[in-house]
Amino acid sequence: MNTTVSQLDQVKSGPWNGGKSPFAIEYGKIMMWFFLVSDAFTFSAFLVYYGAQRFAQITWPNPDDVFNSIPGVADSGYPLVFVGIMTFILIMSSVTMVLAVEAGHRNAKKEVVGWMIATIIGGLMFLGCQALEWTHLNHEGYWWGRIPEHYEGIDKIGAQQFANLFFTITGFHGFHVTTGVIINIIILCMTLGNVFEKRGTYLMVEKVGLYWHFVDLVWVFVFTFFYLV
Amino acid sequence: MSEHHTSVEHGQEEHHADMSKKLIWKVFFYLLAITCLEFFIALVLVYNGPLEKGPLVNFIYVVLTLVKAYFIVAYFMHLKFERMGFIICTLIVFVFIIYFIILLLTEGSYLHMHLHHAFS
Repeated sequence: MNTTVSQLDQVKSGPWNGGKSPFAIEYGKIMMWFFLVSDAFTFSAFLVYYGAQRFAQITWPNPDDVFNSIPGVADSGYPLVFVGIMTFILIMSSVTMVLAVEAGHRNAKKEVVGWMIATIIGGLMFLGCQALEWTHLNHEGYWWGRIPEHYEGIDKIGAQQFANLFFTITGFHGFHVTTGVIINIIILCMTLGNVFEKRGTYLMVEKVGLYWHFVDLVWVFVFTFFYLV
Repeated sequence: MSEHHTSVEHGQEEHHADMSKKLIWKVFFYLLAITCLEFFIALVLVYNGPLEKGPLVNFIYVVLTLVKAYFIVAYFMHLKFERMGFIICTLIVFVFIIYFIILLLTEGSYLHMHLHHAFS
């Protein structure tokens, strides 16, 4: 039996043959970043298409007229207020997520739990607000393939594009928020179950945090292109 | 194999620069300030004020949005503290998105010109 190990079977530890991560980042974190880049492309494609349609159509619904209600408070006359609240909620939940990650670096389990709960509540509040926004628009007559009757003639084309794109893009984003909340709940349960205590690292919280910040980042762009521009 | 794995993880934790709580709240206030600025421009300056909806205001919105994106990606997602090689890997690919934006604005503009011509 040959006692020397062949080149192929040697355990190597150089930076480019499996010994350590060339960027000094753990494999799972790199993969999360690659996934986020790919998802960014998907959202970019949707938003750029929205821009192209807006540029191309002769008329387009005025955001200040379409989005001017505060559900439960006022039916019209307050453009941008409700979406401002939604944006603030999501940014806050992003901050609580970073605070959870920071607590994880100090292995402070109780703080991680507290900040994760705050993040989950923020996510659920955002989803509730988005549902209210959708309900309001639906009651006005908007839906996939449907627009209110007050649009006439050529205005109908832009309005139909707007309706389809609004529900598709915010729906796709809302789907990401939903999966993010579910994943956050799973991570919260894992934290409570001492999984990360035993592992010795809260790196998983950090990776899930990357996904949550991505969701916030997309919202920042969606908010700008649908409500401001 | 498992000790190999943990040594990789611990090695990575060593040179892992931290976001202190102070920095976290600082970045939050930057984000809040920029968002408030956007709302100020939209509600005070444009809605019942001197500025008009158009390319100038849109440009300002896009710039402010990109600044917010920088803060979120660099600080909250920690990209600023990673190795330069990794930052480049992640960001250079967005040059395709910039190209896509220019492409589709051109397409949209062409369509608009000809639709306008056809219907008015």
